[in-house]
Amino acid sequence: MSDTIIDIERAVVSFREDVALRGVSLKVSSGEFVGIVGPNGAGKTTLLTVVNGLGKLLSGQVRVLGHTLKSGNGHALRKKVGYVPQLENIDPRMPINVHEVVMIGRYGLLGPLKRPGKTDWKIVDEMLELVGMTQLKNRPIGHLSGGEQQRVAIARCLAQEPEILLLDEPTASLDFRAQREILELVKLIHNLRHLTSLFVTHDLTTLPTICNRLVLMKKGLIWGDGSPEKILTDLNLSRLYDIPVSEVKRKREEIIPV
Amino acid sequence: MDLSIFGYQFMQNAILSAFLGGIACGTIGVFVVLMHMPFIGVCMAHAAFAGALLGLWLGFNPLIGAFTFSLLAAAVIGPLADRGELNPETSVGVIFSLMLGLAFLFMGLMSGTKSGALELLWGSILTNTRGDIVLLGIIAAVVVGVVFAFYKEFQATIFHRDMALSVGIPSALILYGILFLTGATITASLRSIGGLLIFSLILNPAAAAYQLTYSMKRMFFLSATFGVLSGWIGLLFSYLFNIPSGATIVIISSVIFMLATIFSPKKKVKDLKVGSLPEAES
Repeated sequence: MSDTIIDIERAVVSFREDVALRGVSLKVSSGEFVGIVGPNGAGKTTLLTVVNGLGKLLSGQVRVLGHTLKSGNGHALRKKVGYVPQLENIDPRMPINVHEVVMIGRYGLLGPLKRPGKTDWKIVDEMLELVGMTQLKNRPIGHLSGGEQQRVAIARCLAQEPEILLLDEPTASLDFRAQREILELVKLIHNLRHLTSLFVTHDLTTLPTICNRLVLMKKGLIWGDGSPEKILTDLNLSRLYDIPVSEVKRKREEIIPV
Repeated sequence: MDLSIFGYQFMQNAILSAFLGGIACGTIGVFVVLMHMPFIGVCMAHAAFAGALLGLWLGFNPLIGAFTFSLLAAAVIGPLADRGELNPETSVGVIFSLMLGLAFLFMGLMSGTKSGALELLWGSILTNTRGDIVLLGIIAAVVVGVVFAFYKEFQATIFHRDMALSVGIPSALILYGILFLTGATITASLRSIGGLLIFSLILNPAAAAYQLTYSMKRMFFLSATFGVLSGWIGLLFSYLFNIPSGATIVIISSVIFMLATIFSPKKKVKDLKVGSLPEAES
């Protein structure tokens, strides 16, 4: 396919004694919204880090936006890939406010020795408006709730003007309402910008409905790939999470789609 | 109070050294505090001390030994911090104790008077020469200049190393740059403040500034100011009460930290009157 912008071939990644990816191949076309689903420890996060060049390949080949990734050459690529990492505790006394955190998204594009100009601040303000955080822009980042911090992280990625958006469990450890709000935001952004997006989650109830393709992962391998309707069979889910089919049926009733 | 002492050359040298050392240490301290690496700094300070003693023992410039050793320590510790090890303290602790062991070994092997070695242990700002001041001046200018030029890269790396990396900032290079500047600052201040005390002058002013502001730029400014004030007030007290200068400087920096903690706006809980709290809806 000519519009393939992510092309991973037999990627193997290992941390210490653990093999996180055991020869994963995946092609993603421009504008696709791909959900990556699987239990904890399946290698989902590692797959994202391979796409933005943070993960180190033992073998295999990765081409993203025309760049072939080798160790140490990822900086140019990373500027075009927005990455929302999993929520982490931020020191509440950290001396940096929301406005400044979103501006960090512009830093890679600006390059060394250049200060942010009026255009950069304007873009930052627009992104804060888009994620609904304008009123909190002068708050220290550590004072925000988990949901608010995730909105800021998304705004930071968008300020980067990326071509690819990677979201790593953006709704994990958020309450139900904050989860729904983040999913609505992700949907809004995709409809507005049509960015190629990879959305990682271990929780099927937090998959946005705009997700038009699902990749199932387990133990560092891809177990299934296709449209959500085709792939989310009771049998597949039972095998993916090692739970009986009856349990899958019961859980299914709990899913509230956005 | 007779302050004619401040007219003497050696006292003017000390005042200038305290000013330049305070700025360099205060600025470096911001990284040490915000990147949660106080133990790494302590380890580098002791490595510098061991290196300086090796120089004294073998008869080469102690500052070259200090700089080499603190960079060697950084070269070992840097990858541990860079890899984001959950608990690098254990490895750092091993290196720290090794450095202390080497320092006392070199001291034991030295023949003759040990006064030079002891001066490196607790410093002697009052005997600083023009050469010491020039070195401190160069290091202070480099530290401040680099922070100014690469402020946004430092800010992003301090906030979140992986995130900085993910927007295209070479955060590992920035981290090693910080460790290099830390080694240089420790080396240049070693003769003034001493190997055992230097780290307090790096940590305390920044820790005090951390209590007082939510702006990183202001934190750099406050920390450097507290560093200089510690030096100057310490010198004054050391003269007035005839007590060792390095120790007094460090104690003053600790007092500034305690005052900052007591008056920290970050500790305050907003005043809430019981009646003003909204009632839960039933």
